[in-house]
Amino acid sequence: MSTLTEAPPPLTPTAPEQKPPRKRGRWTPYWLLLPGILWLVVFFAAPMIYQASTSVQTGSLEEGYKVTWHFATYWDALTEYWPQFLRSVAYAASATVLCLLLGYPLAYLIAFRAGRWRNLIMILVIAPFFTSFLIRTLAWKTILADGGPVVGVLNTLHVLDVTSWLGWTAGDRVLATPLAVVCGLTYNFLPFMILPLYTSLERIDGRLHEAAGDLYARPSTVFRKVTFPLSMPGVVSGTLLTFIPATGDYVNASLLGSADTGMIGNVIQSQFLRVLDYPTAAALSFILMAAILAMVTFYIRRSGTEDLV
Amino acid sequence: MAFVNWFKRRMVVIAGLLTLAYLLLPNVVVTVFSFNKPNGRFNYEWQQFSTDAWKDPCGVAGLCGSLSLSLQIALWATLGATALGTAIAFALVRYRFRARGAINSLIFLPMAMPEVVMAASLLTLFLNMGAQLGFWTILIAHIMFCLSFVVTAVKARVMSMDPRLEQAAQDLYAGPFQTFLRVTLPIAAPGIAAGALLAFALSFDDFIITNFNAGSTVTFPMFVWGSAQRGTPVQINVIGTAMFVVAVLFVLASMVVGNRRNRRKA
Amino acid sequence: MTTNQTKNQTTKNQTAAKDGGGDVRLAGISKTYGSFTAVHPLDLTVPQGSFFALLGASGCGKTTTLRMIAGLEEPSGGTVHLGDQDVTALPPYKRPVNTVFQSYALFPHLDIYENVAFGLRRRGIKSVKKQVGEMLDLVQLGEQARKKPHQLSGGQQQRVAVARALINHPRVLLLDEPLGALDLKLRRQMQLELKRIQTEVGITFVHVTHDQEEAMTMADRVAVMNAGRVEQLGAPADLYENPRTTFVANFLGTSNLIEAEVDTRSGDDVVVKAAGDKLVLPGARCSAPAKAGGKVLVGVRPEKISLTHANDAGAIPEGRNRITGRISNTSFIGVSTQYVVDCAACPEFEVYAQNIDRDARLAPGAEVVLHWNPAHTFGLDAAQDIDAGVAEGEAA
Repeated sequence: MSTLTEAPPPLTPTAPEQKPPRKRGRWTPYWLLLPGILWLVVFFAAPMIYQASTSVQTGSLEEGYKVTWHFATYWDALTEYWPQFLRSVAYAASATVLCLLLGYPLAYLIAFRAGRWRNLIMILVIAPFFTSFLIRTLAWKTILADGGPVVGVLNTLHVLDVTSWLGWTAGDRVLATPLAVVCGLTYNFLPFMILPLYTSLERIDGRLHEAAGDLYARPSTVFRKVTFPLSMPGVVSGTLLTFIPATGDYVNASLLGSADTGMIGNVIQSQFLRVLDYPTAAALSFILMAAILAMVTFYIRRSGTEDLV
Repeated sequence: MAFVNWFKRRMVVIAGLLTLAYLLLPNVVVTVFSFNKPNGRFNYEWQQFSTDAWKDPCGVAGLCGSLSLSLQIALWATLGATALGTAIAFALVRYRFRARGAINSLIFLPMAMPEVVMAASLLTLFLNMGAQLGFWTILIAHIMFCLSFVVTAVKARVMSMDPRLEQAAQDLYAGPFQTFLRVTLPIAAPGIAAGALLAFALSFDDFIITNFNAGSTVTFPMFVWGSAQRGTPVQINVIGTAMFVVAVLFVLASMVVGNRRNRRKA
Repeated sequence: MTTNQTKNQTTKNQTAAKDGGGDVRLAGISKTYGSFTAVHPLDLTVPQGSFFALLGASGCGKTTTLRMIAGLEEPSGGTVHLGDQDVTALPPYKRPVNTVFQSYALFPHLDIYENVAFGLRRRGIKSVKKQVGEMLDLVQLGEQARKKPHQLSGGQQQRVAVARALINHPRVLLLDEPLGALDLKLRRQMQLELKRIQTEVGITFVHVTHDQEEAMTMADRVAVMNAGRVEQLGAPADLYENPRTTFVANFLGTSNLIEAEVDTRSGDDVVVKAAGDKLVLPGARCSAPAKAGGKVLVGVRPEKISLTHANDAGAIPEGRNRITGRISNTSFIGVSTQYVVDCAACPEFEVYAQNIDRDARLAPGAEVVLHWNPAHTFGLDAAQDIDAGVAEGEAA
């Protein structure tokens, strides 16, 4: 008796005697892999190593840089920019939680309750992708504008008083505050949460809900004990797909935030493209990468879905 | 009490629809403001109705040039990433070879890496190589980050494909090339198409990696970014709205055609 | 089986026959995956025009053997001959052999017509219309030509898979569990249908199945496989009546196996002792060496046995093998009643009695005498596992 948490067996049973062919075309896989893997090695892996070496160089733009194993750059970068690091993680984590809270009902709706509207709603979730995300992010400037309807309503309900007290907003402004940045991040990465959630919810056999109900589970218990555990793969990949890009993002902080909401992406961007302090920029981006890999690894271990990768 | 029950039963639906509204609200704003006639350089406040921008979508210097550049890059990046990614996906599913784990990580990592990290490191490489930043560096970068997504999409499809179908083709006198052309490719096509579509959308909409590696070349997202500092022309909203409408119509049309074909065959 | 061959031949396979013998000959063929041996070196000849079944539980190597004939699996050793031609090194698309795959492997993107025409087109035949039409009629699917595979029922898909292979007039048709996905009733129907088609076209069929009933109904010859080896090969009735190993005895139907000691030989018969009872079996049916004092396993099929209430024991004719016991369980099946009898020699002796006149006294707890014609007894080597094949037979 296999457990219910396992994926449903494939419709066409495979004979156990079957194995992929081996001898014929022994070199074929290598030829197939070569161009793409080479591309990734040269333009993804090599730059990472290159950047690591840049981060321990000293010198100046005019005289050129030399590898001097100057690890102090890391220390300097951390002491100077730790608020931005903390902010990045805090904003990205808040946006991820919001994405999960907002995205789950919609994914659930599409998977189980939408009926013949399912395709239409799917289109509406995906279609905004095709309008440049920068244009859509700029639209939030209008939506959250000072004295606009959203701010007006929040003001009337005294919500802004609370959020200002918490430091999320400033006075009767939403724009140029942490709230606006998190709102933008949430909006931008919401589809990356909804799609994996939907994929794993859609795989759940509807009869499992009936079976749970038949075994005396109330609707809320069915959700807690059956639906949610079975959607864990979607929750894990959704949170990763939201958290990782949100941490490195600088577009929302630039467009919707202020100087006080700068994230680590903003620092890296300006160090690289304006200040031209390459070692510091490289060190910062290396720290970011290492931090994210560490957090992701820890998270995947904890959630017990290592096979996801 | 009846209302509470009604609400409880539909709580999920209501919450889901609210999220959907949140997702679509900016598109509504973009569309509405494409008919605005703003005072000054920024199009953030409603002034009065006008169709001026719709009549002259290319009326802003550099806008349509950047749009066409973005389309070209997206097209080539899609072709490149789809070809390379499909080959990798087939190799991963269909063959046994050494270093599979390392290759899997190499494909997974670009998806798990913040864009700004990839962007910065690639720029470091280009600067050290003394490469001229522009069209080619953008294209190289786009193929790089689209590749993994294509591999994932195609792999899923090829994995769900019954290997017996290809064996059946071989059994019915189709050689390796014929088998690939007549059976493997048609069946893998939806996966390849999905991967290509994703690559196109990712490439067309990419800003962060492009911004680092474009030099003085301006793609459409970069034009929008620049205009956010200098002043947002209404034409940006026109193009955003048009893209949304075209995308929705494209998907709806393909669905209608698909439905009709199924009905005719049934 | 060579007598059947001439009878079954039609015009269609006379071309094949002209090439000089269309037998499939496997010589020392084997397959290993790393340290696991799927098929031990195997010699097997499938006579031309016969319906040949490879029967065994899953993992016994029968599918691997079939796939080596098809060319879908490279043998680790040995050769495959079709008639005089050595095809061992030929890829599948160059072998005059076609396969009906398990769960059919119909091309989902092609309609039925194109599925059936696939092989002809790949061989460069331009005008396929007439042949495809005829073939679809043969399997009664002329109306469905333009449907996609997923629009057909399981039975219809199965017939398309057969048509798609047969249209190429292969020298051998290989069937890999072709009826496994069908429900019982449809399976019986398709068994007859496949048998009809085979008789009609006269092509050699090699049929892989785990269903012993299916193999026995359809095949002229059956090879029972176990753990990568052929246990026994022969006509279905011969295998059933004269199993030579405990695996075959238990896997094909049910056997009552009794541990016994050889007492004496009297003429052609062997007399054995089992828990005090004396049993007689024909020496010709004893595959174990019958030396006095040696151990043998004595077997008898449940339907050969008569059951008489102990009170009527006197009425049993002389010369029959008898064992006494107590009924521990009965189940009414309709055409027959199955009894489980607890005997000294064998704790769970099974007896199937036809329901002609039911004796109401034959209920659990009743003392009974089991008796049968000694000619129906067979003897097996006692060195084997007495329960070999029991689990596999139940799973199948």
